[in-house]
Amino acid sequence: MSSYVTFTVDDGLYGVDVQRVQEALRAHARTRVPLAPEGVAGLVNLRGQVVLTVDLRPRLGLAAVSDEDEQMMVVVQVSGETVSLLVDEIGDVVDVPADRVEAPPDTLDPAIRPLIRAACTLEGRLLLVLDVDEAAAA
Amino acid sequence: MEDIDEIVREFLVESHENLDQLDRDLVALEEAPRSRELLSSVFRTIHTIKGTSGFLAFARLERVAHVGENLLVDLRDGRRTMDQPTTDVLLLMVDTVRDLLGAIERTGGEGDVDVEPAVAAITRVQEGVPDEPAAAPAAPSAEAAAAEAPADEPALAREASSDVVAPEPAVAPEPAVAPEPAVAPEPAPAASLIPKQRPAEGAHLDDTGTLRGAADSSIRVDVDLLDQLMRQVGELVLARNRISRLASSAQDVDLARSAQQLNLIASELQEGVMRTRMQPIEHVWSKMPRVVRDLAAMCGREVRLEMVGGDTELDRSLLEAVKDPLTHLVRNAVDHGIEAPQDRVAAGKPAQGVLELRASHAGGQVSVEVRDDGRGIDPEVVGVKAVAKGLRTAEQVAAMSPNELLQLLFLPGFSTAEKVTNVSGRGVGMDVVRTRIEAIGGTVDVESTVGAGTVWRLRIPLTLAIMPSLSVECAGDLYALPQVHVVELVALDTQRSDSGIEYVHAAPVYRLRGELLPLVSLAGVLGVQTTPGREADESSAVIAVVQADQHRFGLLVDRVLTTEEIVVTPLAARLKAIGVYSGATVLGDGRVALILDVQAIARRAISRDSELAARAASEASAAARAEVEQVLVAGIGGSRRVAMPLASVARLEHVRAEQVELVGGREVVQYRGTILPLVRLDRLLGTFARESDELLLVVYTRGTRSVGLVVEEIVDIVEDEVGKHSTIDDAGLTGSTVLGDKVTELLDVRSAILAADRDFYTDPVPDDAFAGLDELVGAVR
Repeated sequence: MSSYVTFTVDDGLYGVDVQRVQEALRAHARTRVPLAPEGVAGLVNLRGQVVLTVDLRPRLGLAAVSDEDEQMMVVVQVSGETVSLLVDEIGDVVDVPADRVEAPPDTLDPAIRPLIRAACTLEGRLLLVLDVDEAAAA
Repeated sequence: MEDIDEIVREFLVESHENLDQLDRDLVALEEAPRSRELLSSVFRTIHTIKGTSGFLAFARLERVAHVGENLLVDLRDGRRTMDQPTTDVLLLMVDTVRDLLGAIERTGGEGDVDVEPAVAAITRVQEGVPDEPAAAPAAPSAEAAAAEAPADEPALAREASSDVVAPEPAVAPEPAVAPEPAVAPEPAPAASLIPKQRPAEGAHLDDTGTLRGAADSSIRVDVDLLDQLMRQVGELVLARNRISRLASSAQDVDLARSAQQLNLIASELQEGVMRTRMQPIEHVWSKMPRVVRDLAAMCGREVRLEMVGGDTELDRSLLEAVKDPLTHLVRNAVDHGIEAPQDRVAAGKPAQGVLELRASHAGGQVSVEVRDDGRGIDPEVVGVKAVAKGLRTAEQVAAMSPNELLQLLFLPGFSTAEKVTNVSGRGVGMDVVRTRIEAIGGTVDVESTVGAGTVWRLRIPLTLAIMPSLSVECAGDLYALPQVHVVELVALDTQRSDSGIEYVHAAPVYRLRGELLPLVSLAGVLGVQTTPGREADESSAVIAVVQADQHRFGLLVDRVLTTEEIVVTPLAARLKAIGVYSGATVLGDGRVALILDVQAIARRAISRDSELAARAASEASAAARAEVEQVLVAGIGGSRRVAMPLASVARLEHVRAEQVELVGGREVVQYRGTILPLVRLDRLLGTFARESDELLLVVYTRGTRSVGLVVEEIVDIVEDEVGKHSTIDDAGLTGSTVLGDKVTELLDVRSAILAADRDFYTDPVPDDAFAGLDELVGAVR
């Protein structure tokens, strides 16, 4: 049994290991970082802590979002650093029985493949489990 | 106590802690004699004490620890098992060690503490001499009591001394009763040990009211905890900044007063926490005597090392960072600075050179000097080397002041060593020193007098965690600019055409009090667009004149907002890799701002060429204060260059060769609805330009009349010093001058124009000669 915090990015349902998630909240105003790699969406002030925000869209091969104010942040811990992932909507925490967790499908875009750790078949939906370290590496 | 040096003090603190641990471990070991873990812990502790005491030349301490260790080796190797007698003698050893430490703490030496009884007892147990259990347990317990009583109850010390003596007679008779002669000598020293110990102990305790033991007056704190405290204080400073901002806008007296108080407390707390991270620079210096001694012996020098201000304190992270640069400077001073004894004597100096390390606080910074009385550094030699190594040209070197020449020492790839030794002189020295010191926000400088010595001066900030900075706006974003780099601010009104920004080739420069300052646009460096709504050419901008490495340049930003004490938070590794930010911070209004790494920006934006161009230009202008005029330098073919006064040039034009028509034997082009007569300067001046299907025209206009001078290429716009012209008696030229290292002929513009249009100067015209100037500058760019 594994627990995942789920969220959507552009209609896709993704999840990250609940252990890695610190919190989920509405996206803060970001300070952009000129010259930064594409996935870096900026820096936010999370209660006095400067936190790097990573936009998952370029990494997932998706187009940039137009209305940025509606976004949410999933704050995760990555090797001692706090990183927030920019997502569309936060879903439930789901418990997935071990027999429902499978290797990612072969048809997955090779560019995205390192990002996806597993695929879970939920009722009528496919949940792609993100590798947090990969995802946060922008 | 003051004369105990730092190393001994640390040893005492550490050993006291170890001994307490040892007490616990030994007792626990008695309960669980098979515990390898406890045994190795005990063994390690004794071994450490033995090692350190041997190093610090406490012979008796070493001896008692040594026999204890031997006994423990037996235990460890399974040759004996832990039993009560063994524990007893080991505890006796611990107490003896404690006594010795007490003596060291009080007097700096081992005093008259006798270790032989403990040594004898341990040896006896180890050799398995029978029957000793009768004596051994009694002695340590009495001694333990003796040791503990004064320690636990200082107030009762005097009474205690008599009380504690009481059991001793009880000890003495016991061995006396015992038949073993081997035991007999033991209690006597043991008894003598205690009374001898007592007065010393008593004396110590008398002034214990004010004197705390080394272990009691200091505690060990995890560095992580200190770092965390520092971070939290940082947050507090930020919160204080916010509150102060709010309080100053609200008209509330109470709030203002509270905010002021908070301000005060936060500042004091910040200072206090910063002090906990401070360590005297002695920590770094302590290894210098050895470095100097070994190196002096190796290089055949006689050097006396003097250290002044070793108690000057620095943040521990900074201390760590200056260690290597400082060591390098010291090595360098011994190897290259101080001469061989015979040379010194020949120069009328004492054979022994003096190397001085001097640290002091100065204006929120720590200044560290490495000063030698050696041969000094000859700027001329430095200059010659720089040319030989291709780092600077002979002309550049010739124009430099002695001080500027010395600065060349910090260039990568420079080394003054006459021969490469394994000590220094591989050309990796001073530039690394400078890089390291600048990386922590410090500066390094050198002064030298030939024959008298050299001073290397480091200036290091007290702490890195909190620093004053300037918040600047660029393209709508805020950035923090560390104030240590900011020299001055210059407001720029770019609406005015004579804003002062000029171009040397394509590089923008600003004329600041007669000096040309290379300009770097922050938006350009960051590759960001200027905010829409703002003029593309920064209608109002600020030049932050910054100093980094050896560069001084102007950083062009949109606005400067405020100065603020910021708390530096490190960046994620991949943002650090970008190379223009040194960290991030949360500003008073809650916004996150990136901290600009000025050095990195300098390296990134200012190529050496543009710096040199600015330097050359500024030197040219400095030399030519008297009478200068801007001239346009053009190539006319045959590698000849002519200069013409810029003031009367209207614009530059490109025309296609086939547009040229012949009218009455003269070349003309149709130009803005008029006929523009041309004159080919190559033909006029007797040379030949490349044939090309495009002509470059320098257009002179006067009233309604224009004339185009055909040139091959535009080279530059430079300043020309009128007084330096040499005259040439040649048709079409008024003289020659040296511009940018090349002989350039000065065009007699008047006669050239007259060659194209005889009536050019005869028509009366309004004075609008400057009308096309801006266009011209635009075209040249």
